[in-house]
Order: sequence, then structure tokens, then C-alpha cells
Amino acid sequence: MTGQEWARFLARRVAAAIAVVLVLSFGIFALLYLAPGSVEQTLLGTKPASPETIGAIRAQYHLDEPFLVQYLRWLGAALHLDFGTSIRSGSQVGTEISARLPLTIVLVLYGSALAVAAGLPLGVWAAVRRGLAVDRLATGASIAAVSAPPFAVGLLLLFVFAIGLGWFPVYGTGETPAQTLWHLTLPAIALGLGGMGLIVRLTRAAMVGELDQDYIVFARARGLRGRTVVGYALRNSLVPVLTAAGLIVTSTLVGTVLVEVTFALPGLGSLLVDSVTFKDVPVVQAVALLLTVLIAIINLVVDVAYAVVDPRIALGREAS
Amino acid sequence: MTAQSPVRGRGLVRRGFQHRPGAMVWVSLVIVAAALVAAIIGPLLVPGATDQHLLTGITPPGPGHPLGTDQLGRDVLQLLVAGARTAVLGALVVALGSLVLGNMIGVPAGYFGGWRDGLAMRWADLMFSLPALLVAIVVTGVLGGGFVLAVLVLVVLFSPGDARLARAAVLDQRHRPYVEAARLLDLSASRIMSRHVWPNVMPVVTANAFLNFAFALVALASLSFLGLGVEPGSPDWGRTLADNRSQLLANPWAALAPAIAIVTTAVAVTIVGDWVHERLEARGRAR
Repeated sequence: MTGQEWARFLARRVAAAIAVVLVLSFGIFALLYLAPGSVEQTLLGTKPASPETIGAIRAQYHLDEPFLVQYLRWLGAALHLDFGTSIRSGSQVGTEISARLPLTIVLVLYGSALAVAAGLPLGVWAAVRRGLAVDRLATGASIAAVSAPPFAVGLLLLFVFAIGLGWFPVYGTGETPAQTLWHLTLPAIALGLGGMGLIVRLTRAAMVGELDQDYIVFARARGLRGRTVVGYALRNSLVPVLTAAGLIVTSTLVGTVLVEVTFALPGLGSLLVDSVTFKDVPVVQAVALLLTVLIAIINLVVDVAYAVVDPRIALGREAS
Repeated sequence: MTAQSPVRGRGLVRRGFQHRPGAMVWVSLVIVAAALVAAIIGPLLVPGATDQHLLTGITPPGPGHPLGTDQLGRDVLQLLVAGARTAVLGALVVALGSLVLGNMIGVPAGYFGGWRDGLAMRWADLMFSLPALLVAIVVTGVLGGGFVLAVLVLVVLFSPGDARLARAAVLDQRHRPYVEAARLLDLSASRIMSRHVWPNVMPVVTANAFLNFAFALVALASLSFLGLGVEPGSPDWGRTLADNRSQLLANPWAALAPAIAIVTTAVAVTIVGDWVHERLEARGRAR
């Protein structure tokens, strides 16, 4: 594929991602008007609604201007990472988010890493021992892992490994980085299980297909070691697994909301739930927009990575 | 390639299920049947499940209360039986609702093509770029929560999947001789779609509803867990779990029991859903 074709492909994908984010940002801004009660009341929160405070709110949020102008103002401020002030705490939304973002990022990466580290070998093992007890067990476990909601699994893990066996702490996030990792292990397992199940399923399916190919039979006939042969098959099996990478990271991002609430962790997910419960619309808008952008970027990266691995995708204009 | 690989793999994974429903499928069927029975007649079996006995308070499992009572003195087992209703019936409504809505959008899109198709599919693409549960949390939360709202939001969020599936299936039927014949007979488009095309599309689309049922069960339980589904104090599994989460040390069973109920039902529904999906889809392909 030539450089020009690449540039055109990239430009098209980036434009599509930006379009999606713009459309959704409009919906996110509209949340303010969808909330029950008047907009002034929503923005005032628990503060008393006197004519003066209402007037101040109307001026602060430019409520006298047309809806579209308000939206553009909000979007423009958001581009400079200015999301206004939280109704609940009165502090800057940006400060609150940046205080909670690191924990969520660590948790999502930790959970995804566990999912890959456990899912890939298990899927390969199941495919190599197709039809045997290991395979049936791995397949059954992956169905359970995919369908069980992380918050219920998290609670069971908490009870067995933290309260029952005492191996892990029950609450808190620890002080040193090593402690934090220790505190986040159970949440990361609860979070990663779903992705792990998906990876086991996809890896196993792709490997089963590859192991039937002629080149594998030939390699075996030549007397190559079993491990080397599995290595060949694995390299060709990774493409379909890579396709699902976006799905896995996205589902982990959603799962973190539930897991953070289950384990009482002060991350972005619990901030979203607290703000949603309190109707703290500016914070909800900021977190929703942030997650939308994150997901758009992840999908973009996966699309491009997939095209790098398999250039037919970009050339074929998704026709194949 | 993108779409084919997992599908091909799933066929391999589940080929065993298709011919003989294994032990796993049987156990799952029993669990799903039990949950359905509890959902339909549960509240009749345990009429006083939500009555609070504050003087009783927390009691450990024992005679009279097999799973103990929660801090409001409610019997945990009775709460579980009564809670099946919102958990299971809500998911059923979501699966059926998104089936109807998705087909109302997807079937005409596939049949007419053109701008209707383009519009419907761009809408589906947009909805697909977002995780359903996240949107459900934000929208139900900001709009004020409640069970009916949560179910409605999930119907809207699940429908693009059904719409895409129905459209693809209709595209496959559109140029078949029987459709051309019906057109030559000057039948109206709506009549051709509903009476002639849809019956041939039905198996594939219904199969997807079973998978949606499993997803909806988990999504509704998650919303209730976050306090955005049912009202506080309602006997819903996710809600009971959330209400008793902080008591995990003092009274573990009140939180563990609903957690186990959610996990087993979700897994059982997925296994049954996969099995039905596999069978119905094979039938749909054979046509």
C-alpha cells in the first residue's frame, strides 16, 4: 500500500471518529436540558433558589443565549479541558477528574493485562487439547467469565479472598505503588474476567482453525517440535484476537464503573455514579465526554492496527 | 474476516451442544426454568417478602430463615424469590422490545435500500460506537432513574443490533423469486415484508433475542446495583446486593446470596441462549 493510500485511509478514519465524538457531544450537552426540573434548578443543586442566585447562574452559564451558542461555548471550553464547576463539591470539574483518573487507568490496564496473560495461554491450551477435559473446562469457564457481571463476581472474590482467606485487603487503595497494586489485584481480576473469557473463546477458535491448516501438518511431518508448531499457528491466530481488542478494552472501561463501586475505589467510575446519583450534570457531562473520546481513540487505534497487520482492510474499503 | 472468524469458531465450540444438549445445557435449562417460575409466581409464594421487621435485625442462617435476614429483618431467601420478577421479566421485556423496534427499523431498511437503509445503518453505527451500559447509566441517572425508564433505555440501546441483523437477513431474501412474484402480484410493500419476507427472517432474529435476554439480565442487574434501576427497598437482586454490600463482614449471606443468584442465572441464561441461538440459526441458514 502506498503512502498516499495510507494517508487517505487514516484521514477517513480520523474524520469518522471526530464526527462520532461531535454527534455524541451534542447529546451529552443536551443532558443538561433532559434532567427533570428547570435548568437553573439543576445547576443550583441544593443552593436556595432566590432571584439573585438564579440570575447569577443564568449569567454564569449563558442561559439567555440560544441553545446552539451554549453548546458551542461548552464545547469550546471543553476543548481547553474547562468543564466548569461541580454542583456537588463546588470545585473545578477538571481537578476532580484528574485526581481520580490515574486509579482508573491503572485498574483498566491491570485488568486488561490479566485478561491477556490468562486468556491467551488458556485459549491456546484448549485448542491444542481440543475435545479433552481441559478444553471443555476452558470453554465452560470462558462462557461463565463472559456472562457473569463484574460487580457480583467482585463481591464473591472480596468475600472469599479478602474476608475469608485474608490474602488481600478489603478496602482502601494503599499508599506506596506496590501496596496500590496489591489493593487493586482483586478489582483487576473481577474486571479482567470478562475480557479473559472473550480472549479464550477467540484464541481457541482461531487456533483450532489454524492447527488444521496444511502448513501445520507439513511442519509436524518435518518433525518440528510441538512448541515451535504451536508458535507458528499462534502468530496467525492473533489477527482475529486483535480485532476484538477494542471490544475488550471498551468492556473493561464499562466494567470499571461497576468494579469501583463494588470495591469502594475512588476512581472515575465511582465519580460518574456518585455524580449521576446526585444529578451533578457538569461532572457527568465531563466524564461522559472523556469516556466517549477515549473509546473513539481506542476504536481508531484498533482499526489502524488491524490495517497494519492486514493491509487488505484499508485497500478494500471494508468491502471484503 | 472481521465478522467471520468468531462465528466460525463458535460453531466449532458449540457443535457438541447442537446434537445432544449436554449436562451443562440441562442444568442451565433447569436454572432458567426455576428463575422464570419464581418471576411469574414468586411474589404470590412469598407475599410478605418486603415486610420489615426492624426488631429482628440481622440474623445468621438458621431454622426459619435458611439464608438469614438482612438489617431490615427481611428474610433473604424470600427476597431472592420475590426479586426474580424484576430481574427476569425486565430482561424479557428488553429482549422482546428491542426485537420489535429493531425489526421495524431493519426490515424496511433491507427491503427498500437507498436512503432509508443509509440512515438506519448510520444510526446503528453510531449506537454501536458506544457501550450500552455506560449510556444507560448516564441517561437513566440524569433522567431520574426508575425501572420503566431503565427498561425503555435498554430497548433503544439494544435495538441497533437487531436492526442490523434483520437488515442483513432481508437483504439476503430481497431478490429471491418469491419476493419478485409477490411484487408482480402488486402486493403492497408492507404486506410483502410482514407476511412473506419476515417469516423467513424470523429464526435468525429470534435467535438473537435469546442472546439479548442474557445481556439485558446482566445490564438490568448492574443498573439496579448502582441504584438506577428499581426503587430502594424493592426485592431486586442487584438492589438487595447493593443494600447489603456494606454488611459483608457482619452479615455475608444477605449480599452473597443475590450475587450468586445473579451469576448463576446470567451464566445459565447465556448457555441456554447460545444453545437456542445455535439451533435456530442453523435452521435459518438451511432455508
